[in-house]
Amino acid sequence: MQTDYSMVRVKIPSGIIAPEQLEKLAFLSDAFSIGSAHVSTRQNIQLHWIQLDDVSEVMRGLVDVGLTTREACGNTVRNVVCSPFAGVCAKEVFDATPYANAVAKFLLRNPLNQNLPRKFKLNFSCCEEHSLVRIADIGLAPAVKEIDGQQIKGFRIYLGGGLGPASFIGELLEEFTPMENVLPTCIATLRLYDRLGDRGKMHRNRMRYLVHDMGFEKFQKHVLNERVIVNATKSTATKLEIVEEEVPSSAASIVSYESASNPPGYQRWLKTNTVPQKQRGYAIAFITLRSGDITARQLKAVSEICQEFSAERGIRTTPAQNIVLRWVLQSDLPELYQRLMQVGLANTGALTMASAVGCTGTTSCNLAITNSHRLAKEIQAKFLELGLDLDDGLGDSTIKISGCPNSCGQHPVGTIGFYGGASRVNNTLAPTYNMLLAGSTGEGGSLGKVFTRVPAKKVIDVVLKIVELYRQEKNEDERLQQWISRIMRGEGPATAKNTAELKRIIDQVAQLPSPDQSPESYMDYGDDGTFTAKTARGECAA
Amino acid sequence: MKSEATQPQDGSRTYPILVDPYKLMDVIRKKRIRVVDVRKAEEYSNGHIAGAVSIPLADILNVDGLEKAVEVFANAGIDDKIHVVVYDDAFGALAARVAWTLEYIGHQNVSLLAVTYSTWKLMGLKVEKKKTVFKKAKHSLQINNDILATVDYVNSSLEQNGNVLLDSRERLNYLDHHIPNAINIPYKTFAGERSILRSSEDLRRIVQNRGISNSKGVITYCGSVGTLSGLAYYALLLAGYRNVKLYAKSLREWKSLNLPTGGVKDANYWDLSAE
Repeated sequence: MQTDYSMVRVKIPSGIIAPEQLEKLAFLSDAFSIGSAHVSTRQNIQLHWIQLDDVSEVMRGLVDVGLTTREACGNTVRNVVCSPFAGVCAKEVFDATPYANAVAKFLLRNPLNQNLPRKFKLNFSCCEEHSLVRIADIGLAPAVKEIDGQQIKGFRIYLGGGLGPASFIGELLEEFTPMENVLPTCIATLRLYDRLGDRGKMHRNRMRYLVHDMGFEKFQKHVLNERVIVNATKSTATKLEIVEEEVPSSAASIVSYESASNPPGYQRWLKTNTVPQKQRGYAIAFITLRSGDITARQLKAVSEICQEFSAERGIRTTPAQNIVLRWVLQSDLPELYQRLMQVGLANTGALTMASAVGCTGTTSCNLAITNSHRLAKEIQAKFLELGLDLDDGLGDSTIKISGCPNSCGQHPVGTIGFYGGASRVNNTLAPTYNMLLAGSTGEGGSLGKVFTRVPAKKVIDVVLKIVELYRQEKNEDERLQQWISRIMRGEGPATAKNTAELKRIIDQVAQLPSPDQSPESYMDYGDDGTFTAKTARGECAA
Repeated sequence: MKSEATQPQDGSRTYPILVDPYKLMDVIRKKRIRVVDVRKAEEYSNGHIAGAVSIPLADILNVDGLEKAVEVFANAGIDDKIHVVVYDDAFGALAARVAWTLEYIGHQNVSLLAVTYSTWKLMGLKVEKKKTVFKKAKHSLQINNDILATVDYVNSSLEQNGNVLLDSRERLNYLDHHIPNAINIPYKTFAGERSILRSSEDLRRIVQNRGISNSKGVITYCGSVGTLSGLAYYALLLAGYRNVKLYAKSLREWKSLNLPTGGVKDANYWDLSAE
């Protein structure tokens, strides 16, 4: 364990970063970290390998541009996550961003959440698809209800979800929570958890265990009762300060670039990295990162590019560890692509299965057993090399990898998920992954089922085998997700009718040669020594 | 970027470590001052600060013996007394190495331009293409061994453990391997957002945060010829440290002598880099 070095997690509410903040992050990364920064699955920016003695300098720099590490770690309400599509999503009923930001601001430094039994997470979504509301302590999905002939804004609030060594899907508190009850519901839930949460058992003290042990119906009653008390006793000043996002006008000060011919590779990028916005003429453009890593130089470039191309002058980080530029004029996309290409940020596949998620793993996390970070990069490279990002059937499927069972890489909600471990294979200790199938995000999301165990160096072969089988055996227009679900139901194709049959095929592919024949098969990615599983106390670090 | 404000208050230097570009612009034609461009010859001929002479870093590093180096400076019209202001276009590291060499041969009045050539141009300050030539001057050679650390000195420091050995390379290179017991402050830690070095207050705080008191002797080194560590040398002076030495031959010599190195064995941290 490296006690001289720390990871600094910068809290980024809703993932929104302004250009001057990007520039400062680049500067701080160069000055005190390793010249790269990392986008986490909860939209934070993490700087790694910082000398403990330098941390105060990093904080000083962050304050200059209105950023903080406050409550990014510890037993507090962590960064408030909001869908990167919020405000521009074609399927949303309204923009959740102002509410996410107001809740984040209300909770920051609030005594309510300084010493909770354990960390606590809030996720806001935009629509049913772009949604992580079922895997948070409190998940909030924008909703509109007609009451007395009026369209009333509010949220569908889910409680008690979360990923970890044991994961749970959150449950709906009530059909509809009108806006005036949103903050009281959050306060009531936090107070209840603060009082009833387990402060003794470190590994079972997240709220989801409380909900699970008590049973949701009982917990639900407690919350609703607590809310009555909150509403009866709270100060009139206790309310959300909503600052509506300024919607850029279509005449935003953007140079419109004339593009005579599209640059090479542009069409592929357009297909796999952009989607039209609900506002006509604008597009959402994703920057594909590799396991969320970006260099200081690239951060600086993004700072300039977003000022030039995004009418909202900023970026958002995404829970899939990418970066998104919104409010880009569709006519500017070829030029944007070229600019991104110049700084190595025009990789394709951001919105496809190629964009594998990987937590930091053994690259810096004390809890990790395997190098999930590098594995995600390797899978991404292989997918792009084989052009799998162009396969529409794989489009909405995901690969999510954690370096241990703690789920920072969100493996329980990957179409194919992996979490790291160590096992003896042919009498030799090897880095291995437990493989899960059929997890999904979204408001109807579900957790994947553990399927089999695969040595780290066989993970790519196994994933490619699944893709190969799917391509051979799928029904017309069937997507990988659907194909996998069909097998899980026991209605699969002849070669793999059910999970047991699929497992037989996969376990064949996952066989390792003997350690004498192939010692490297027993080493982890990024390491040329004998694999050992050593962990220490730490903080999960996606 | 006021040069006065950044001068250490110990009275040992008559000339500031950093010179503000506007200030330089003011005095460049009026005072006896020699502005030295240490970039490559062709970069110089494509444009340089008005009135600057060209002394590429390689011309200093590649000569045999200090007498030859003295001659290179003398040929550029630098005598014992003239105030020399050095600049580069590589965040100050090349300029620092040349400035340090001048100090090493006994020249006392040396400063670094607070900004790089690119920034100078961006600021709209005067540049020209015309080559500047000065009459050959006379310069003496009075070796200032106080500012040089030899490999023997570094070794004896390690044994006595009194001095601090500072590795100026980037964090990942340091993690990979370094001279045993060296601490790492990457050269970029010292860089200002608009100036080649931060303010002296910032620098002092950053170095002191690392538990290095200014009564300590500090030896700086980097990967090959002492450029990054040359910049660190001036950063430490600016922070108010008096006893600073440059291990000019740095890791290149250390490794060629097969001396021991330390490092963090699990090299997984490379995978975190987006390079």
